[in-house]
This record gives sequence, C-alpha cells and structure tokens, in this order.
Amino acid sequence: MIRDTTMGAKLWATAVWAVVGFFILNLFAMIGTVIVSSFGTRWLGTWLPAGWTTRWYSSAWAEFQLGDILIVSFQVVGLVVLISGILGVTAAYALARREFPGKRLVMLLFLLPLLIPPITFGIPLATVLYQTGLAGTFWGVVAANLVPTVPFVILVMIPFIEQIDPKIEAAARVFGANTFKLFIHVLLPLLLPGILASLLLVLVRTIAMFELTFLVAGPTSQTLVVALYYAVFAAGVRAVQSIDAMAVIYMATTLVWLLVALRFVNPAQIVTRAKQQPAH
Amino acid sequence: MTIALSKFDEVRLDHVSRDFGTLNALRDVSLTIKRGEFIALLGPSGCGKSTTLNCIAGLLPVTGGSIWLDKSRVDTLRPEERGFGMVFQNYALFPHLNVRQNIGFGLKMRNTPRTEMERKVDEALALVRLQGQEHKLPGQLSGGQQQRVAIARAIVIEPPLVLMDEPLSNLDAKLRLEMRAEIRRIHNELGATTIYVTHDQDEALSLADRIVVLRDGMIRQVGSPKELYESPSHLDVADFMGFRNKLKGTVVSNHGGHAVIDVEGAQFRGLAQGDLPVGSSAFVAIRPDDLMLSESGGNALKATVETIEYRGREFVGTARSAQGADFVFRSHHSVEPGGAIHLTVDGERVLIFADKA
Amino acid sequence: MHSTFQASSQGPSLRQRLAANGLDAVTLLVVPAAFFLVLLFIYPFAFGLVLSFEPKAGTSWLSNYTRFFSDPFLYETIAKTLWLSVPTTLLNLFLAVPIAFRVRLMRNQRVLTAILVLPITLGTVLVAEGLLNYLGPQGWLNRTLMTFGLVDQPLRLLHNYWGVFISLLLTGFPFTFLLTLSYVTGIDPALEQAAATLGANASQRFRHVYLPLLMPGFAITFCLSFVQAFSVFPSAVLLGAPAGPTRVISIAAYQAAFEEYDYSMASAIAMIMGFVQLAIVVAILASRGLFYRGPASGAKG
Repeated sequence: MIRDTTMGAKLWATAVWAVVGFFILNLFAMIGTVIVSSFGTRWLGTWLPAGWTTRWYSSAWAEFQLGDILIVSFQVVGLVVLISGILGVTAAYALARREFPGKRLVMLLFLLPLLIPPITFGIPLATVLYQTGLAGTFWGVVAANLVPTVPFVILVMIPFIEQIDPKIEAAARVFGANTFKLFIHVLLPLLLPGILASLLLVLVRTIAMFELTFLVAGPTSQTLVVALYYAVFAAGVRAVQSIDAMAVIYMATTLVWLLVALRFVNPAQIVTRAKQQPAH
Repeated sequence: MTIALSKFDEVRLDHVSRDFGTLNALRDVSLTIKRGEFIALLGPSGCGKSTTLNCIAGLLPVTGGSIWLDKSRVDTLRPEERGFGMVFQNYALFPHLNVRQNIGFGLKMRNTPRTEMERKVDEALALVRLQGQEHKLPGQLSGGQQQRVAIARAIVIEPPLVLMDEPLSNLDAKLRLEMRAEIRRIHNELGATTIYVTHDQDEALSLADRIVVLRDGMIRQVGSPKELYESPSHLDVADFMGFRNKLKGTVVSNHGGHAVIDVEGAQFRGLAQGDLPVGSSAFVAIRPDDLMLSESGGNALKATVETIEYRGREFVGTARSAQGADFVFRSHHSVEPGGAIHLTVDGERVLIFADKA
Repeated sequence: MHSTFQASSQGPSLRQRLAANGLDAVTLLVVPAAFFLVLLFIYPFAFGLVLSFEPKAGTSWLSNYTRFFSDPFLYETIAKTLWLSVPTTLLNLFLAVPIAFRVRLMRNQRVLTAILVLPITLGTVLVAEGLLNYLGPQGWLNRTLMTFGLVDQPLRLLHNYWGVFISLLLTGFPFTFLLTLSYVTGIDPALEQAAATLGANASQRFRHVYLPLLMPGFAITFCLSFVQAFSVFPSAVLLGAPAGPTRVISIAAYQAAFEEYDYSMASAIAMIMGFVQLAIVVAILASRGLFYRGPASGAKG
C-alpha cells in the first residue's frame, strides 16, 4: 500500500481518525454512563452522582430475580451451544466431504437463517410454537435459539474441515478406524480450535439474542437480555439505577465471554463468517 | 517508431540506504546507469534487489541517500510523478479492464488525446505481438500473454526508465526462454534503459549489458556478464556464477598473481583474487566443469565417489577426498559410487579468495 | 474351489452406486441438522404463509393483506422503517469505506476491530438502555455540548426518530465496517502500485482501480446491513416513539401477534416484511450484474 505524505492526505487521515475516535469515545461514554449510574446514590442534573453505593445491585438482584434468570440464561445458552455443536459439526463434516445431488439446496437451507433477520422468521416460528404448546417453555426457547446457531456453526466449520487433508482420514480408515473412532481420535483433536472458536461465538451471540427469546419465552423461561428489555420498558415504575445495575450485570456476562473468545478468534470472524457466498 | 523515449543521460543512485526498523535492507548503494543500458540486479532472496527497484519506483521511500535523473532529484517525488514504467512480478494487470484499457491506463492518467492514445496502444500491441487479443480480459489470457500486456503497459508511456521485477519467475521453463528472447528483442528495438531484477544467473548473463550483484543489501560487484563470469571479485559472487566447489584452506605461498592453498594436506594452485597473506585463511573456488577425471599420478587428487546422477548429456557426481573435502564434478562416463577417482584441475581456472567471514 | 467374491457381472450394488453419487453413511450426517431446520425454519414460514391467507375476520383470503394496505397505521410502517433503515445503512457504508482504507494500513488491527465489535456483542437492548442514559437531557452528551456552548438547549434525542437513528448507527456500523474491511484487504496491493507507477494519484487510484473492484462487495455489504437495519425492534420501542414516527413494521407484527392475538395477521405482516427486504436485495444484486464481478487480483500466470 502506498502511503501518501502530502498535506492534503494528512488532513484526510486526521479527519478519518477523528471520526473513529468520536465513535469510540461515544461508545465508551455510553457504557460508562450505565456503569456510573449503577453505582450512584442519586443522580439528577449533575455530571456525576451525589454519592456512591452498591445497594442497587442487591435490590436489582432481588427485584428482578436475577439469580433465577441467570440460571435460566446459562442453561439455555449451554444447551444451545452443546446442541448446535453436535448438529453443526456433523452436518459440516458431511457438507465438506461429500458432493451429492441437491447439495446446493441444502447449503441454501443453511444459509437462509443467517441472512434473514431473526424477527422476520421469529414471528412465524413463534406462531407455530404457540400452536404446538411449546411456546413459553424452556425447551421452546432453546429450540428457537438453535435456528440461527446451527447454520452458523456449519458455515464456520466447513472451511476448517476442508483444511484437513482427506488423506489423513483415509490413513485412519486403512488402519482400521470406523466413522465414530475417526471422529473421536482424529477429527475432534484436529478440529478443536475451530470448534472452540465457533462455539464461543455462538455463546456470545446467544447471550445477546433478543428477538427470538422475546417472542417465545414465558415468565419462567426468560433470558437476561429479555428481562432487561422488560425492565427498561417498564422503566417508569422502577428506579433507573437498579435497571442500570441489571444492565451492568448483563454486560459483565457478555464481556467475560467476549474476552475469552478474543483469545482464540479474530474479531472480524464474528461478523464475516455469514458472508461465505455460494458464488465461488 | 513513434514510441520515443524521454531524453536523459543517466540515472544515479547516490549512497542509497533503506532501513526497516533495525533491518538494513539496503546499505550505501551507489550506481550510475547510462541511457539505453540493460542492467540486471542479481542476487539471492533477501539481498535487497527488489527493495532497490521499489525505491527507484517510489513505492518505498529511501531512508538515506538520493536518486537522480541527470540533474533532477527523483526520490522526493511520489511514484505517480516519476513516470517510470514498471513490470511487476505477478503482472498486476487490472482485472476489470481489457487488454487495450490496461495498456492505455498510463496514457489515460496523463489525459492523452484519444486518437494519439489509440495509435500508441496499437503500436505497443504490435511491439509485443498481441494484436487480436485486445478486447480480452486478463483472466482470459495465458501467463505469457499477460506478461506481454504488462510489458506493453509499461513502455507505452515512453518512460525514461523501465523497471522489471522478476517478470519471468512465474512462467514455466520453456516459456521463460521464449519470453527472455522477447524482452531482449523489445529492448533492442526500443533502446529503453532497463533495470531488471532476477535471482537467475542465466537470465542475467543472457539479457544484461551490465550486472550488479547484491548481497545483504550491498553491491558486491558490477561488471559485464563476461567480467562477472570469468573474474568474480568475491567468493559469493563466484558462487553465484557457478563456482560450486569452495574449499577452505590456508595460504602457503602467493606471488606473481598465483597462490597456493593447502586444504587439509592437498595443495591447490590458482589465480589470486585480492590480498592473500601467507598463513591466512582462504577459499579455493573451482567450477565443476573444470575438474577433470584423470589417471592416477602426478598432482591428481584421490577421491571416493559418493553419488552420481545421469543428466542426459553428461554425469554429475559428488566425491570426497581422503582429507574430507567434498567436490562436485562432471564426467562423460559413469563412475561407480564408492569407486576411486582422480581429479585434476588447471591452475588457471581456479580462483582463490581471501576468507573475509 | 469357491470364489469368495460375487461375480461382478451383476454390476455394482445399490450401496456402491449411491456412494458413487456421494450418498453414503457420512452424507446422512447432514440429515439431523437439515431436518431440524426444515422443521423450525421452513415449516413455520410455509405455515405462516398459509395462515396469512386464513384471516381471523374478513371476507376473502386476501383480507389480511388488503387490511394492511388500506390502513395507514399499518402500511405507513413500511415507509417509516425504510426511512430509518436506508439512511443509516448508507451512512454506515459511507463512513466505513474511508475508515477501512485507513485501517488496512495499520499493523495491529485487532485492538481496533475488537473495540468496534463491542456494540454487536452487547446487543441492541443494552445499547438502547445505554443511550437512554447517555442521550437524555441531563446525559453526558448534552452536558458536553452545552458546556462547550455548541447548543443552548439540550438536544431532544430520545423517544423520537433520532434516538433510533443513532442506535442503528452504533449497532450497524461494526458489521458494515468489518465486511468492508475484508473486501478492501482482499484487493491485490500490487494493483494500486501498478496504477501509481502509471501516473494515478490517490483519488484516481480509488476511482479507476478500487471502486470498480469493490462495487460488488459494497452491494453485498449494503444488502446484509440493510436487512439487519430493516428488522429493527427493541430500539424502536425503547428509544423511539413506537406509536408515531418510529412505528416500524416489526412493531406492527408484534402487536398483531401478542396484543391482538391475531396470528394470521401477524404472519401476513411478517411475510410483507420479508418480501420488502427481498425485493430491495434482489434489486441491488441485479444491478450488481452491471459491474465487474471477477477476482480482484493482478491475474498471475
């Protein structure tokens, strides 16, 4: 790449970085506001709250039954991760290793839930779940969240599997491994980084996945993000600070996993995996 | 021929250096190139030859020294202001433009009037013998054709200097020989001053008027192909020019331009290159072609054959002497691995270099 | 002596023939996931489509759709949603391009991209809550603006169009930026160098080399970002005026389903929503055919 060093080029570069800086500044300030507010006693009309306290956290915990909600959230997320891992990796293996008639159709089937936004297919999905009585239950929420995550795992894993030389698998078979043993002893160890990466991304996305859970959940099957929405929605009734405390708890659960994920994964993959086009 | 080249007398690199952080990619490179010369920059990977070319083109800034076109300083200009033509290693043809548009790109950037542009592109197409391919996209052309488009694109703008960065390295052996002849022909017709980067000794010897051998960012030797081939001035230049046998030893005597070196008991006589005090460490350099198999006796060196390869016209083998020195030799008939042979060499074909390591 | 192998005069077995076509035990591994998605994705869509033609009240099978397009409260949602999603997507794209060009020159991009990915990870609900604090009349943004004398009165950014607009920018930009960055870095740098040696300055290089090669990527980026923005929901409710200017189509669908319990109507609205998204995407991708779509490299031999 050529670096221009004229005055005009330098001004342009400064302007661009100024926009980036402005964006980041506002982003952090927005997050900061929530954190500061959650620790403040009273905050009206001043730069910072009048005093500091942690009582909002305990009151939010009790008021929103955060303990139960966190348990439900982790259960949902855990199951979604596990099931999408199993379904996704096996399907990805089949798609990476076999050409069969109708494969393009199947690939399209797996691509669509990633291209169509959750609320568009969420409403029909919720309707069906309500008709079959699954809506409002824990398993209904798990099932709904699996719809975008299974294809995600598949699309992320296919390139990883294609990278493994098929001759390694052939060698394993020559030496007596059946498909199951092949998976356990050869494929899983080699694919572990990819599986870890994709499952971490699924985890992070599911924690933040609002629309699907919102449309399908019942009072005992809400995840944290949905509970947060309801709290903000009915904000007039409650103290803003306790909602902010809840928001901070939510941020913490997400960010912890984001940091873990970033150790293994390039952030660009969180977004661009969905862009694998069939137009090769 | 209406593609006429800008008039200038010389291109001069003046103590040019280029650092990447702590790495000295180029150190104190000074070179003067006359109009119309075909210069080859030759050396192994990492020697700085591509860096030199990129500095001349303006794609890399120099961190020390300067570059001049006659009396004008060019290293302070941006690449689009220098007006040099460049042929890239992977051609860098614009994939969305057809052959005509690719070739005419530089003319378009200079706002050349339409008719003149068409005329010049036609001439360039004729020069590289690609008439009839003009409306194809690069993806539809073969490697050799793409290369010709890249060359045409560089010369159609009538640059004072044409820069070529290993343009033949992506072609198969046969095509490479053909294109080499093409490049020489185009140079002869056009008379353009050309700087050509390569790591291939044969290419440099066959194409260049003068060769500049680089190593570790420094110029080791500049000379005509004949000078470099017959009288390399440094051991690594000799190595590059085919002196594959390099034996380390001690100087026994040195006078009248000839030196005698003792290599673990065996004695070699050869032409002294540079300062060789008696007792100092030195290298004996011998071409495999110059090692002759002979009958035993006299000054012949006894050696045991280790490997032998059939190469069609001749055999190439490796052998090890009693003192443990390794040789590469050629022979017209096969010899058994493990068999004993005797090697002699004409002292006038041997070069002795001081050990400067 | 018995032969232990069947004579091959019978031809390959069914199993072998299937395997030659790529259908064997391994292929079956794709079935569970495929079945699951057909059940929970394709079927609901089909079911929803059929249901939309069985209106709860109304005379004909098209009643839902006619009702939608004759009630301004309903059909205006399309315009309102477009009025929010199109400008924000375009603005995100226009901002992303120069920033991506700068960032690709950076050696350590991970920190920057990690920061920019933050809004996606936090999700739309949290961003809405954060903006409710931050953009309020007493919030830090207005305070700063007033302290610097840029405004006299606090800017009204909440519970109107602008709150949702800002929220869409924040949550949409990272995705648009990362996609654009991957397209920009996919272009062979030697092309820019070649153009420079031929006399093209920076803006000419952009216009004649980068832009034509990036147009298809931009089209795809626009489509993916637009589709996301068009389905805006929690921010429109929490930060906007869901009964007024920010009554987006997803709100209409939600209300039909969960406030009026008219699943048929809700399905109809979801179908309309999907259709509008599809129409715009198809239009953009069709115009993509006008541009060069091949590899963006210098064509090695």
